[in-house]
Amino acid sequence: MTSRDDILESIRANLPRVDRPVPHVPMFDEDPPASLLSAFKDSLERMGGIFLAPPASGDVLAPVRVKIAGAKVVCSTVPELSGSRDIATVGATQELADVDFAIVRASFAVAETGSVLLSETDLNINALAYLAQHLIVLLDPADIVVNLHHAYRRPEFRERHYASFHTGPSATADIEGVLIHGAQGVRSLSVLPIPRNHQPQPTSPQEKKHD
Amino acid sequence: MRIGLFVPCYIDAFFPQVGIATLELLERFGHEVVYPRDQTCCGQPMANSGFNTDCAATEALFVRNFSGFDYVVGPSGSCVHHVRDNFDAIEQTADVKEVRSRTYELVEFLHDVLKVDAFPWARFPHRIGLHNSCGTLRRLKHATPSELHEPFFSKPMDLLSKVDGIEFVKPARPDECCGFGGTFSVFEEVVSTKMGYDKVSDHARAGAEYIVSADSSCLMHQQGCAERIGVPLKFIHIAEILNGANA
Amino acid sequence: MLHPEMVGAEDTQAIYRDGHRLDHAEGASKPLRSRPEPQPRGAKVHGNRPIDQAEAAARFIASPEHEKMHDERLWDLRQKRDREMHHIPEWEELRSLASAIKEHTLTHLDEYLDQFEARARANGIHVHWARDAAEHNRIVHGILKDHGAKSLIKSKSMLTEECGFRPYMASAGIEVIETDLGERIQQLDKEDPSHVVVPAVHKLRTDVAKVFADTIGTDPDNSDVHYLAEAQREATRPLILAADAGMTGGNFVVAETGTFVVCTNEGNADLSGNVPKLHIASIGIEKIIPRLEHLAVFVRLLSRSALGSPMTQYTSHFRSPRKGGEMHVVLVDNGRSERLGLEEFWTSLKCIRCGACMNTCPVYRRSGGLSYGATYSGPIGLIIDPTFNARKYSNLPFASSLNGSCTNVCPVKINIHEQIYAWRRELVKRHDVPLVKKAAMKAAGELLSRPAAYRVAIASADVALAHLPRFVIYNGLDAWGKHREVPHPPKQTFHNWYKANRGGEQ
Repeated sequence: MTSRDDILESIRANLPRVDRPVPHVPMFDEDPPASLLSAFKDSLERMGGIFLAPPASGDVLAPVRVKIAGAKVVCSTVPELSGSRDIATVGATQELADVDFAIVRASFAVAETGSVLLSETDLNINALAYLAQHLIVLLDPADIVVNLHHAYRRPEFRERHYASFHTGPSATADIEGVLIHGAQGVRSLSVLPIPRNHQPQPTSPQEKKHD
Repeated sequence: MRIGLFVPCYIDAFFPQVGIATLELLERFGHEVVYPRDQTCCGQPMANSGFNTDCAATEALFVRNFSGFDYVVGPSGSCVHHVRDNFDAIEQTADVKEVRSRTYELVEFLHDVLKVDAFPWARFPHRIGLHNSCGTLRRLKHATPSELHEPFFSKPMDLLSKVDGIEFVKPARPDECCGFGGTFSVFEEVVSTKMGYDKVSDHARAGAEYIVSADSSCLMHQQGCAERIGVPLKFIHIAEILNGANA
Repeated sequence: MLHPEMVGAEDTQAIYRDGHRLDHAEGASKPLRSRPEPQPRGAKVHGNRPIDQAEAAARFIASPEHEKMHDERLWDLRQKRDREMHHIPEWEELRSLASAIKEHTLTHLDEYLDQFEARARANGIHVHWARDAAEHNRIVHGILKDHGAKSLIKSKSMLTEECGFRPYMASAGIEVIETDLGERIQQLDKEDPSHVVVPAVHKLRTDVAKVFADTIGTDPDNSDVHYLAEAQREATRPLILAADAGMTGGNFVVAETGTFVVCTNEGNADLSGNVPKLHIASIGIEKIIPRLEHLAVFVRLLSRSALGSPMTQYTSHFRSPRKGGEMHVVLVDNGRSERLGLEEFWTSLKCIRCGACMNTCPVYRRSGGLSYGATYSGPIGLIIDPTFNARKYSNLPFASSLNGSCTNVCPVKINIHEQIYAWRRELVKRHDVPLVKKAAMKAAGELLSRPAAYRVAIASADVALAHLPRFVIYNGLDAWGKHREVPHPPKQTFHNWYKANRGGEQ
């Protein structure tokens, strides 16, 4: 007999003879926050993430440009900004070890927890989000869901190979409870709200994002 | 109504005043209170240690002593918890089930059955730290434990609030176990006493003069701990306060 | 919102950033306060002999700096858990749902494992089955051998601790590098994890400084936590980049999609799973849940219960290998299917290893996790460890005051304290208790059932003082009076007062 058959047989022999139906899980969304974006911002900051407020006018990406200004290696997977390392040319994951800033776009975000979801489609190479020293995430405010119950209805979890909620940067409190950011992964996580099809220089005021 | 007075072994031997206060208090409300002379113990010490079969004869004796009362009332949460929830070394006859279901701890009896709304004879002008024993808090459900997201209630606080002069202090860890735990108190005596030291220190820091509880066993342990490390606290059972003791 | 009894003084030592209290859930930084004090070590293990948890706990308490930090740190986590709970109106409903989902899954475990295997295989994951620890280790070793892998980076996994995985791999000549900071500290110190979530929580920063000075060459006199953590990051990074394979555990397994989910705060599981080409995940068979919608319930509860944070920093879903990568899942039984058949104890398999029961346990906080001398410590350990070895862990179910706080914080509603009580009965039934205790309990039972003899034994309070604890508590006044005073004997017993004052016969 194989181990598989052995284990399954042992399970069947020991199954508790009690009736336990599968429960219905509500969406728990009766009382959503007034603004998903500001709820997301609050949650993100609680978890040690940085919310980059876009300027009221002018270059929306300015806060990101300021952050990466002094960086040697910037690797971007978003069309809005180009970095100094082209992800398409990276062969082995280890080649990402010297990246200072990675710039990616989140598939979506969760207001309840301040999480952004990053998958292989968003990262190109998954390790980018962990080997870089700092991570900058662009997020379309239209891509925020209220809570995790809504999040797990999203198609990403059925379609993508890999999908990870990032809720703030790498953190540890393993020594006497002292909080450290960047235990192994990124030292900081910043999120900039910016629509997906954002035009860098809007030509006319009536041009708007369509959903 | 006719009440059987259950005076657990520790109270009988070391805290007779608690038994007396319970007896007098129940009589104040006009009930017939009977103390069956042949009672010894509920069997908890053996059961608590896993030796359930060794308490069969003790449990049978308990049932013989307390059959036929409208209620059985005892001033000890852990003993009542044993009778009600774990008293299964003997065959569960109708008589046994009857006695078990009619057994009440004093606070819940006053609060839920007699629904007492005043203790006009009682006055206790002191700062007290209320110690909800784990048996009363988490098994008999005297109050909301801090771990649960439930609306706040506290039966002992309700009763004590009707006593003139009491001021409650707020310890930092209001419902942490004091470390008595029955045979745990000797099986793990170092951990048990450390928990006791921390408990009495917490109450003292909060400004308590007295620690008040519905369990004499916890009080016995805490008093032993406080005296050993020199924490100046006094200890009193809730029955004594409700019966009019004023220090 | 806060429970009125729980409103405490503001923590004046919490650090602030940008004018805001740094409210991250994992703990407030406290200024250095530890004086040099050697780290108390865990229980002494002598083969199959019963572990003396009380002895090891006493040594932990005799190291006041360690005991105080440990107690306060874990109590802080408990309080943060409470605060999170009060933010979630449906908290108790979530606990009930989590419990119901787990009980449903466990009572259909064969079907869901079957479903998971089929989906995972369809997704391109290699699925293996291991009956026990030895088979698990052999399977993993085989995979590594096939790839010529000589080094393995891994994230924390209690299952691999259960399997004695690191010692096995060491003897097979494969270098294992733990990437969780706490687990790495424990690995470098050749100690087991003392807690399922924070493995080095029993260590002071000075202990860590000593370990790192001896192993990764830090300054022995510098115990600054930021310095130590940074030194470890720098020392581990090259090992991560050079590793031949990566290993993770799995917090949850979703049957309908063939996905396994790993939760960490450091992102180290994602490094282990995404940097080397080969990813092996070792997962206990009880980690399965039916559907994605159920995952929401557990993810909402896990980190709130564990650390009092809304979510772990990283919650990663692995559904299939990445381009050019290879992924293996090893499903491990190691006693779980047998535990499923224990009528009083099968619900312990609901455990999601959040550690909330340890954080709240007043005994655990004062004993340190290594005092239990077992893979699992604290309340959950008391009810799981005896299923591995009833004799060796026969003392553990007695290392509890049965206060029940563990049951109330458990996010999947395991009746932990009732199972501890039931284990005591079970161990007595199996004769896994000391003879002296047995004799004392038998004598107590006989005396307490004979009123006349009992009356003689406690005829006066003075006599009672000599006898009572001795027969209700088997080893008597010696243990009672060592660290606390004995009760003051009153003038007369209640029984005698009643006779004198109420007279009459019944």
